Amino acid sequence: MEVQQFHYDNKIVKNFIYATMLWGVVGMLVGLLLAFMFIFPNLTDDISWLSFGRLRPLHTNAVIFAFVGNAIFAGVYYSTQRLLKARMFSDLFSKINFWGWQLIIVGAAITLPLGFTTSKEYAELEWPFDIAIALIWVVFGANLIGTILKRRQRHLYVAIWFYLATFVTVAVLHIFNSLELPVSALKSYSVYAGVQDALVQWWYGHNAVAFFLTTPFLGLMYYFVPKAANRPVYSYRLSIVHFWSLIFIYIWAGPHHLLYTALPEWAQNLGVAFSIMLILPSWGGMINGLLTLRGAWDKVRTDPVLKFMVVAITGYGMATFEGPMLALKNVNAIAHYTDWIIAHVHVGALAWNGFLTFGMIYWLVPRLFKSKLFSVRLANIHFWIGTLGIIIYTLPMYVAGFTQASMWKQFNPDGTLVYGNFLETVTEIMPMYWMRAIGGTLFLTGMLIMVYNIIVTIKQGSKVTDELAEAPALQRISKKRLAGEGWHTWIERRPVQLTLLATVTILIGGIVQIVPTIMVKSNIPTISSVQPYTPLELEGRDIYIREGCVGCHSQMIRPFRSEVERYGEYSKAGEFVYDHPFLWGSKRTGPDLHRIGGKYSDSWHLNHMYDPQSTSSGSIMPAYQWLVRNELDKSKTEAKMRVMVKLGVPYTDEEIANAQDNMLEQGTQIEKNLYTDPDFASTYEADIQSGGEDFVEMRNREIVALIAYLQRLGTDIKVETVEE
Amino acid sequence: MLKYVKNHMESITGIEIYPMISLLIFFIFFVVLFWWVFTAKKEYIETVSNIPLDNNLNQEKS
Repeated sequence: MEVQQFHYDNKIVKNFIYATMLWGVVGMLVGLLLAFMFIFPNLTDDISWLSFGRLRPLHTNAVIFAFVGNAIFAGVYYSTQRLLKARMFSDLFSKINFWGWQLIIVGAAITLPLGFTTSKEYAELEWPFDIAIALIWVVFGANLIGTILKRRQRHLYVAIWFYLATFVTVAVLHIFNSLELPVSALKSYSVYAGVQDALVQWWYGHNAVAFFLTTPFLGLMYYFVPKAANRPVYSYRLSIVHFWSLIFIYIWAGPHHLLYTALPEWAQNLGVAFSIMLILPSWGGMINGLLTLRGAWDKVRTDPVLKFMVVAITGYGMATFEGPMLALKNVNAIAHYTDWIIAHVHVGALAWNGFLTFGMIYWLVPRLFKSKLFSVRLANIHFWIGTLGIIIYTLPMYVAGFTQASMWKQFNPDGTLVYGNFLETVTEIMPMYWMRAIGGTLFLTGMLIMVYNIIVTIKQGSKVTDELAEAPALQRISKKRLAGEGWHTWIERRPVQLTLLATVTILIGGIVQIVPTIMVKSNIPTISSVQPYTPLELEGRDIYIREGCVGCHSQMIRPFRSEVERYGEYSKAGEFVYDHPFLWGSKRTGPDLHRIGGKYSDSWHLNHMYDPQSTSSGSIMPAYQWLVRNELDKSKTEAKMRVMVKLGVPYTDEEIANAQDNMLEQGTQIEKNLYTDPDFASTYEADIQSGGEDFVEMRNREIVALIAYLQRLGTDIKVETVEE
Repeated sequence: MLKYVKNHMESITGIEIYPMISLLIFFIFFVVLFWWVFTAKKEYIETVSNIPLDNNLNQEKS
C-alpha cells in the first residue's frame, strides 16, 4: 500500500485557542459585571451602553458563541484532521471560518450594547449578522465535509458524526428562527408572532443548548478523553445508541421552556414527554465518558487534564438529570422564572463547557508547541479554584430560586398574598447574589491563571505550524454494502448518507411541533377585542426591546392562583397575535408586566424610570434617565408599520398616513397626564425656561412612547373575551 | 396525550393515523438501532474505537 505524506494544519487550531481564551475572559468579565449590578444596580449609572438589559445578551452571546464557539472550532479542527488522517479540505475556508467568526463577535460586541437586538434569546443579533453567521457556518460545514470526502481513514469515528449533526442542525435552527423582515440596516421584526414566535424561539433556544453546547462537546469528549486517558472509549456500541437517540429525541424537547404559558397544551405535553426520555441518551454519554477512565483513575489524581474532564462530565450528568426534572410540570411551576434556572445553566456552562474546554487546552497547547505545560501546580490551583467557584456560584442560586418560588406562592389564611410586594422577594435573596458574585470572581480568577500558564508555556515552546504525518491512501471499495457488512458499518463510511439520515432524524421533531401550530388556526383562539398597537405604542415597544427589559421582566402570567392574585388575569394565546417578536421573557428578576397597563399613573412610570429607588425603595432596577431626556426617533414609524402590514398586522393605509399626527396626539395626552403631578410641572417648566433652542418637548421624548406601551399592556381583554 | 392533539387538529382529515405513524417510526427506529448494535462484530468495534489512539489496532483489516 502506498504511504502518503501530508501536513496537519496546526495554525488554525492555535488561532482558535487564542480566540477561545480572549473571548472567554471577555464573556466572563461581562458576566461578573452583571452579577455585581444585582448588588449595586446603578454601578454604570447613566451609561446606556453599559446598562444591564443591553449587557445581558452580550454576556450570553459572548460565552456561548465566542468562548464555547471558538473552543468547538479549535477542538473540531484538531481532532477532525487526525481522525480522518487528512489536512483540512481548504486552508482558505479555515481562514474564512476563523476571521469571519471573530468579525461577527466584534460586531456583536458593538451592536448589542448599542441596543440593536431582536430580543430573542441567544439569537439577539440583527439580520445582517444572521446572514453572516449562516455564511460562515456553511463555510465551516463545507470545510468539514470536504475533509471527510478526502479522508484516509475509511470509517468515521463517532466524534465526526457529532460534528456533522452539529453542523446540520445548527444551520436548520438558525435559519428558521432568524426569519425576519428588515425595517432598516439594523432593525427587523420576526415573521412569527406571539405563540408561534415563542414556539419557534424555544425550539431554537433549547436546541442551541443541544446542538451548540452539547453535541459538539460530546464529540470533543469522545476524542479528547480517550486521548488523555490513553485508552479507547468504554463502549463504542453505547456511543452509537446514544448518538442516534440523542439527536432524535433532543429536537422535540423545546416546549418545556413554555410550560403553563399560552402555548397549546398538546405541544407542552409533547415537550415534557420527550424531555423525560432525554435522560437516557444523556446519561448514556456521561457513563460512557466516565467509564472510559476505568483502570486509569490513578492518573486522575495527578493529571490536571483528566481532573478537568472528570468534573466536566460529572457536570454534564448533573445538568442532564436536572433538565428532565425541570421539564416536569410540577417542578417547572416552581423553578420557572427563578434563579434556579440560572444555577442550572451555569452548571452546564461552567462545568461541562468550561471545564472540558480547559482540559482540552491544557492537553493541546503543550502538544502544539512541542513543550511541557509550564506549571502543573498552577493548573491544579486553577482546577480547585474553578471547582470552588462553580459550587459557590450555583448553590446560592438554587437557594435563591427556591426562596423566590416559595415567597411568590405564599398565601395568608384569608386568601391574600403574604409577600404582596414583589420587592420583598428580591431583598430577601440579596445575600445569595453576593455569594454568586464571589463564585463568579473565583471562576474568572482560575481562568486568568490558565491564560498566564498557557502564555508562558507557549513562550517556552517552539511553533509547529504544519505537523508532518503519514498514512496509506484510502483504497476505493464498492459504494454498496459489502458481503457481511452491517448497514451501520456501511453508513459510517458513507458520510453523505449519514448526514442525510441525521438531517431527517432532526427534522421529524421540528416539523411535528411547529407546522401544526402555524397551520391550524384553532390552536390560537382569537380574541376580537385585541387590536394592533398604536404607532406610539409600537415605538415604545421597540424601546422596550432595545433596552432589553425582557431580560428581567416576563410578560406571561401563568394560570396559577398565586400569579393571578399578584398580577391579574392569566395570559391568553390570542392576546399576542400582533406581537412581532413575542416578549414573554424567561426570568423574573422584577415582576411580570403583562397586566401593568393602567396599574400605575403615567407620572409614576416617569419617576420610576428616572430613579427606580425613589418610587420603590430597595429596588435593584437600574435608572433609565436617558429615556427621559432623549428625543423619540419617529422617522421610521411608517416603515415599521408597513413591515407589520406585510406580516399580517391589519394597519390601514389611512392609519399609516396619519401615524405622525396620531403619535403627537397620544404623546400630548400623556404629557398632560404628567402635568397633574405638581413636582413634574415645576421641574419641567424650569427645564423649558433653561432649555434653549434644541429643547425637546416631553410629548416627543422616548419615555412617553414607553409609557404609552406600558399602559397598553394587557388591557385589550379587559373588555370581554371570546375564548373557547 | 392523544386527546390534546385530536382536539386541536381535527380539522385535518385522516389525522388519527399520525400518532400511529409516529409510534411506528419510534419503535422501528430503536429496534433497528439495538438490533445493529447487538449484532455488530467485535473486531470492527475494536478497530473503530481505537481510531483516536496512535496504535496499530486501528489499521484496516483486510
